[in-house]
Amino acid sequence: MGRYFKNIFDAVRTILIGMRITARHLFTPSVTIQYPDVKLKLPARARNRLYVNMDDCIGCDQCSMACPVNCITIETIKSTSDVDLGVTSVGSKKRLYVPVFDIDIAKCCYCGLCVYPCPTECIKMTEVFEFSEYERENLIYNFATMTPAEVDDAKRKLAASESTAATKPAPASRGTNS
Amino acid sequence: MKELLVDLLGNELLVYVLMAFVPLLWILPFALFAVWWERKIAAHMQDRLGPMRTGGWHGWAQTIADILKLIQKEDIIPTAADRLLFSLAPFVVFIGAYTAFAAIPFSAAYVGTEINIGLFYIIAVSSFVVIGLLMAGWSSNNKWSLFGAMRSAAQVVSYEIPIALTLLAVVMIVGSFDLQEINRAQSGSILNWFIFQKFPLLFAAALIYFVASLAEVNRTPFDIPEAESELVAGYHTEYGGMKFALFFLAEYANMFAVSIIAATVFLGGWNSPFGEALSGPLWGVFWVLSKSMGFVFVQMWLRWTLPRLRVDQLMYVGWKVLIPFSFVIILGVGFWVLLEG
Repeated sequence: MGRYFKNIFDAVRTILIGMRITARHLFTPSVTIQYPDVKLKLPARARNRLYVNMDDCIGCDQCSMACPVNCITIETIKSTSDVDLGVTSVGSKKRLYVPVFDIDIAKCCYCGLCVYPCPTECIKMTEVFEFSEYERENLIYNFATMTPAEVDDAKRKLAASESTAATKPAPASRGTNS
Repeated sequence: MKELLVDLLGNELLVYVLMAFVPLLWILPFALFAVWWERKIAAHMQDRLGPMRTGGWHGWAQTIADILKLIQKEDIIPTAADRLLFSLAPFVVFIGAYTAFAAIPFSAAYVGTEINIGLFYIIAVSSFVVIGLLMAGWSSNNKWSLFGAMRSAAQVVSYEIPIALTLLAVVMIVGSFDLQEINRAQSGSILNWFIFQKFPLLFAAALIYFVASLAEVNRTPFDIPEAESELVAGYHTEYGGMKFALFFLAEYANMFAVSIIAATVFLGGWNSPFGEALSGPLWGVFWVLSKSMGFVFVQMWLRWTLPRLRVDQLMYVGWKVLIPFSFVIILGVGFWVLLEG
């Protein structure tokens, strides 16, 4: 009999304890972050979407070679000696046109391995992580800035200079590797 | 109020139809917003936010959007179900919940029908709900639904006894089943409310009534008829669209009905807590509704505090705790009233 009343007393007492806890949590600020409206600060060196600053790109292809999933496609055209493509922000001279610099961000595994070898630090991770698309094609980012006309022009110039070089007697040191 | 309307409109039948719709004017918005309110309380008790988008301010229009969605849904009746009972059940449940409001006074001036057996009538018609639940569970032809319905029947039948007994304690003091009489007996001051009288007998009675009413309306910790984790959804597993919405509406109407009865019988109903100050027919509506909303809040509060009872624990609480205590209370109050003369 004593046990019976103790059980009832314990039940009432523990229910009140539980109610006190839930009442306290009712007035605790919630931990929810209203995501699209409020965003958490990303941690330092977070790896998200890649960005390429084409002004600095020298077309060295090192990022493409470092990529474990082959998501970077780079094509280059040699510049002829009469054009000056300028220098990058770190002072290295640009010698190659870069008509194609595509990153298939759908393939990208965000490892960041392309960022380290870049001699001019032109390929880098940004803070952007919301870039879903309805079409897969839209995830192939074209960073190249050259217009088709400029590409044709560069190709023609290169072909012209090569044909003039071919008419001259070739220097012995000139290999066949380019 | 009825006499006034009869004078105004000159047609008694029209007045009855009008009067029948008055509680609905409160129950429909109440159900809409209580669902939202419950979700917000649930969320905040778990340190979440709950619905935040629909309608702008803290997702206030969430349930309105939900009900619009439910209205558009296809009305599906399973092939193996008993079509007639299946379609009838949600209406029986809602009618059972709604008819109780006929005798509930919302203010000194308004009560659907002022009958002298009001409380008796309410207890009688609220057990009507269980027939609807059984119909729903049986006609769904689904074992989970039937389990839910059987549990619900067992539960409602057992917990109606403590409810009736505790209410009877108050009836003995007032000497009337009429809820308006019970309200008037508590007027004057906050100390005249029955929860504070014959201390601690009626206080315990109020507590027992509240616990039993939780079981009566299938709310946590007595929600085993619709235990999500065991029975999918209990008796309304097979329902969708508007029929499901009707079950939901009936559930919230029931929640409010037991709350308003608790407020009327134990907390003074439409009486102001400050004696004569702030009292009157309109203030009465305010007081009785806010007291009932307080009870509804405690129901929600308990829902997010307590885990669900097992079936045997449920029967233990009902038969071995609440019923003996209510018998002690009824005896105590009886002798007290007798000795006071």
